[in-house]
Amino acid sequence: MPDQFLFATEVFINGLMAGVLYALVALGFVLIYKASGIFNYAQGVMALFAAMTLVGIMNGQVPFSHIINAVFGTEIHHFGWHVPAFLAIILTVGVMVGFAWLVQRLVMRHLVGQEPIILFMATIGLAYFLEGVSDLMWGSEIKKLDVGLPQGGSFWIEDMTAGLGSDNFYGFFIDNLDMVATVVAALLVVGLVLFSQYTKQGRAMRAVADDHQAALSVGISLNFIWVLVWSVAGFVALVAGIMWGTKSGVQFSLSLIALKALPVLMLGGFTSIPGAIVGGLIIGVGEKMFEFWIGPLVGGATENWFAYVLALLFLVFRPQGLFGEKIIERV
Amino acid sequence: MKLKLTTLALGAVMAAGPVMADLVFPSLSYRTGPYAAGGIPFADGYADYFTLLNERDGGIGGVMTKLIECETGYNTEKGVECYESTKGEGALVYQPLSTGITYQLIPKVTADNIPLHTMGYGRTSAANGEVFSNVFNYPANYWNGASGVVNYLLESNGGDLKGKKIALVYHNSAYGKEPIRTLEELSAKHGFELLALPVDHPGQEQKSQWLQIRRERPDFVTMWGWGVMNQVAIQEAANIRFPMENFIGVWWSGAEHDVMSAGDAADGYKALTFHNVGRDFPVFHHIQKYVVDTGKAAGAGDQIGTVLYNRGMYAAMLAAEAAKTAQGIHGTADINAAMMRDGMEALEINEAKMADLGMPNFGPSFNVSCENHGGPGLVGVTQWDASSKTWSLISDFKPTDGDVIGALVAEDSGAYAAENKITPNCN
Repeated sequence: MPDQFLFATEVFINGLMAGVLYALVALGFVLIYKASGIFNYAQGVMALFAAMTLVGIMNGQVPFSHIINAVFGTEIHHFGWHVPAFLAIILTVGVMVGFAWLVQRLVMRHLVGQEPIILFMATIGLAYFLEGVSDLMWGSEIKKLDVGLPQGGSFWIEDMTAGLGSDNFYGFFIDNLDMVATVVAALLVVGLVLFSQYTKQGRAMRAVADDHQAALSVGISLNFIWVLVWSVAGFVALVAGIMWGTKSGVQFSLSLIALKALPVLMLGGFTSIPGAIVGGLIIGVGEKMFEFWIGPLVGGATENWFAYVLALLFLVFRPQGLFGEKIIERV
Repeated sequence: MKLKLTTLALGAVMAAGPVMADLVFPSLSYRTGPYAAGGIPFADGYADYFTLLNERDGGIGGVMTKLIECETGYNTEKGVECYESTKGEGALVYQPLSTGITYQLIPKVTADNIPLHTMGYGRTSAANGEVFSNVFNYPANYWNGASGVVNYLLESNGGDLKGKKIALVYHNSAYGKEPIRTLEELSAKHGFELLALPVDHPGQEQKSQWLQIRRERPDFVTMWGWGVMNQVAIQEAANIRFPMENFIGVWWSGAEHDVMSAGDAADGYKALTFHNVGRDFPVFHHIQKYVVDTGKAAGAGDQIGTVLYNRGMYAAMLAAEAAKTAQGIHGTADINAAMMRDGMEALEINEAKMADLGMPNFGPSFNVSCENHGGPGLVGVTQWDASSKTWSLISDFKPTDGDVIGALVAEDSGAYAAENKITPNCN
């Protein structure tokens, strides 16, 4: 096969993998928007907070140690133990559930019935608050995250495909971490679908999403559902934080991964879990292929803006996104 | 009663005699946001050195120093706000630690007659002091960095780079684009092929660029990155098994946190520098004794000896030495910003002075002049050892290509002078 075709195929496959990572971030937005109509600006910061908490727990770091030491004149930074990754993940999920409960008690409960823009503004405040708390709690240095996920290109795939092209073709490069992320994302989507279809809480969540006043009238607790939704979004944020944090180390720029989710949401729709996945794949493949074919002609760095241009094109023809609920305005 | 109080207050003031104002050094730092990991150690080093001077020497020339820290978050607008809000405090020199902020401040500091020191960043052609009267970028600038990479590769390849391919992975910003012109000139001069690969902010996703590197197979990769871009690039290079010893970052891509997250895979990665690394210098023992152990450190005291702490400390030392020079020139310890500018323009750094300061072999010797605000542009190379988690200086501080850089500085500064109707002069 011609090398150029093989290179394009390699870029296509890597685009799919990158799209899965974008979709992981977008999923958290979709969950909260679907259940409560809130565009959660803090989703990226939640991924940062979750990843920092995970590393902090794993390393036995004392939270708020700088404040404690400054107030009491102590020099305590670590508990002196290391927590296994699996246990640390469970504990972090617990922290995210606690966070969801606090958000519900302290913020959302007081804003029920407010305009969507008010709720959106509240999540902006939440994002800045959470970023500051993360800094105070765990410090701002870059932390290595190692939960045992493999990294680097797959030798096996490289060796198996090296013979497809000329000597200039090394075989397909596919990152092991991206493959794990793909499997995890697939499991996550299946889990979320099963949860929402076959559990009592999941059905209640869908009922609130459809019509929260009707759901209230049949005895569904709005407070409980919102805590549940924010908890699930927190769990999704943790998964995204683990994947992205393993790539780059856990650091404050992790919160900026939300920027990668926006075009995915615009394209896939704010209310569809499959839409987030398909949108992620289209954006991932689209931006990588555009960079591969057109990038060299225009000086490169086309990925960020191309993702938004692609999303805008979809918006022109289908404002609700590919899988979003159709917008019907009755007058 | 009122008369008594007034008389008492006046008497107290007269009894105290003339009181000199502190020497004010603003620190435009970033301890929050995506770039905090780089901003914190630099700011700590900058602050701790001035604290050391106060605690050990009673300030500079008998006048205490005062550091005013202002958080920029590496945001240009906030950086300009910091400048505007602190310049009235008697600020002697600004070091904004951001190329974006630097570009905004150049006309402002020139109008306000306050010096601006952009060490290893900012507008490179500001090295021409005949045009940029208030801007200094000694001891090295980006174009020295670009030439330093090429010189190092020439040296390690028998002086010949013909037919070789060098990829530049750069932050797609004013900062990242700085070395391109120089590398293009050097490519024409030495016969290597240049492959420029931009990475959009913040640089969390670089798969396209590294797949292209894997396809194009450059012999060497150099990087102009900052923040998360550095960590991701080093990890991606490891992923595609690019040889780390052939990967050289600029000095803003060569701190401990840039390589730690890649673990053992980062072993052998190289980075440029214009100062030494590690903490085996007497000045750090003094900082430990007078600053950290007395609880006066800007941070937790755990950053001493890291690359960016050293850089912040070095920047503060150069500012303090310029202040001493200004005091000598003007015969007064109570200097203002205009005098400080004169001190910076007459600054002389030599090995004897560095040894006296507790920094033997810490940085190159150089003199600043009106014609040359950029110093000699001597550049060294460091290498990361993942097993000991340390950087080591693996080359001397060596000269860069003055012919190529000098012509580019003259061209760019000439264009700036024409655009802004500045008559170059050194009177």
